[in-house]
Amino acid sequence: MTRHLLQAFRRYSWKDNILAYALLFPSLIFLVIFTFYPMIKVLDWSFYESVMNVRHFVGLELYGQVLRDEVFLKVLRNNVLLALVTVPVSILLALYMAVWVNGKLRGRSLIRAAFFYPTLIPMIAIANIWLFIYTPDYGLLDKFLGLFGVDGPSWLGNPSWVLISMMGMLIWKEAGYFMIFFLAGLQSLPKEVYQAAELDGAGPIRKFRTITLPLVMPTTLFVLIIATTNSFKLVDHLYIMTKGGPNNASNLLLYHIYETAFSFWDMGKASVLTVILLVILLVISIFYYGYLDKRIHY
Amino acid sequence: MHRLLNQIAISILALIFAVPLVWAAVTSITPAGEMLTRSNPFAVTQPTFANYTEAWRTIPFPVYYWNTLLIVAGVLIVQLLTATLAAYAFARLQFLGQGLLFILFLVQIMIPPDILIFPNYTIMKELHLIDTKWAIMIPFWASSFGIFLLRQTFKQIPYELDEASRVDGCRWWQSLWHVYLPSARPTYVAFALISISTHWSNFMWPLIVTDSVHNRPLTVGIAIFAQSFETGAQWGTVTAATMMVIAPLLIAFFFFQKQFVESFMHAGIK
Repeated sequence: MTRHLLQAFRRYSWKDNILAYALLFPSLIFLVIFTFYPMIKVLDWSFYESVMNVRHFVGLELYGQVLRDEVFLKVLRNNVLLALVTVPVSILLALYMAVWVNGKLRGRSLIRAAFFYPTLIPMIAIANIWLFIYTPDYGLLDKFLGLFGVDGPSWLGNPSWVLISMMGMLIWKEAGYFMIFFLAGLQSLPKEVYQAAELDGAGPIRKFRTITLPLVMPTTLFVLIIATTNSFKLVDHLYIMTKGGPNNASNLLLYHIYETAFSFWDMGKASVLTVILLVILLVISIFYYGYLDKRIHY
Repeated sequence: MHRLLNQIAISILALIFAVPLVWAAVTSITPAGEMLTRSNPFAVTQPTFANYTEAWRTIPFPVYYWNTLLIVAGVLIVQLLTATLAAYAFARLQFLGQGLLFILFLVQIMIPPDILIFPNYTIMKELHLIDTKWAIMIPFWASSFGIFLLRQTFKQIPYELDEASRVDGCRWWQSLWHVYLPSARPTYVAFALISISTHWSNFMWPLIVTDSVHNRPLTVGIAIFAQSFETGAQWGTVTAATMMVIAPLLIAFFFFQKQFVESFMHAGIK
């Protein structure tokens, strides 16, 4: 009771207001300068075309150009395809791994470590290693396939294989990360429910379908959002492995922004692309926070 | 029966996951001559550290290690400070615009500075910070992720403890120091591990804002090195260099495995 009164009193305390803003100020200043100011700036730039350092207002014309640009459409398609494949596959794999790593298992911590370590390694290091795995003929993958007399395609050189090769690598990188979230979710599940189910003679598949799956649903939604946004954020490997090629077959949106801004120095287009990426990420987050889940997970 | 099948399946899966690292480790000690001729890619007849000495000789590792350490520490220390203050405000103070500010901070979780490479580059240029370690660090000095993580922990600390310390005559920073900080230690460890591994791995942003050896972190350094080789003969050197970049992380993981896994779990679910 006194606590409530105290809090009601504090609500109107100007001292608290000043203190709160003073405490928030250091974080706020960096948040504004490096998140909000650039967002506004890039939106503004996206309406200007610059030719020889002279900028003039062109309205939505650059957006029209980008949306008709074949390279952009290809890059966007790649990114969406990548998300559509890697997100469900790595989540299912992660759930499978978590269910078993959580249970009684021989060599559990070793197995868990094997799944988790790719999460920790820099994308650049992963790219260096996987570049050699995917090397034609001498690479690890082709040597392995050679044992069965299979002649592998040019994993990174063939436009129809390169995105698939990237998907395989990203699933390997991400599944262990998502497993951790499922592990946390599974450990908070009530043991009694499982015991009751076992008394009722429920088999493992039924237990999974009727108890585990519904109960890890909130975790799945959370992982879904991380996985989807990550598929737009992880692009470092392209710098080492393909530079987005061959013929943009493995290019992704953020990497395309990087080349447009820092190789082609096309400011207007880079701004438009950044705005599009921001919109994609904001839509995903609004969908998540507004529609799927009201709770804050942090 | 199904248990055995799954034990086998999951073990094979774990083995597949481990292969790239094991193979990289084996390749890094394979002499250049054996690299392409060997039929079994895991067999080394004459293991050698020549690749490591070669990598150490060609890449200015001491400079890169030092840069990465400075950057990682410089980011973490400031983040801890800013996040602690902001988290305390969000957890324990009532103020105007609290809800709005909370949402503003939330935006940074979805749109980290890494996405805004292009506009942030021009901001750094205007600040005349291009090709400095400051440029790599400063955009990450506010961490919404750290703020939310700590806020959640601070909220779980009984308010009575805070009040008791006030009765004893503590000012807010004294109760923060004596009450909140000690109770939140596991959260600080969790956040530190995540922050360190994230910034150790960061690549695109440092690549854009640095232009010289004495400011580049490890990731950019080895990427530029790896660019110059593509033939099989240099695999040994590149993998040795790669192993040297990931070794500190793997060693840290080995020693802090429990904390690492728990910290990532901690970070995701609340």
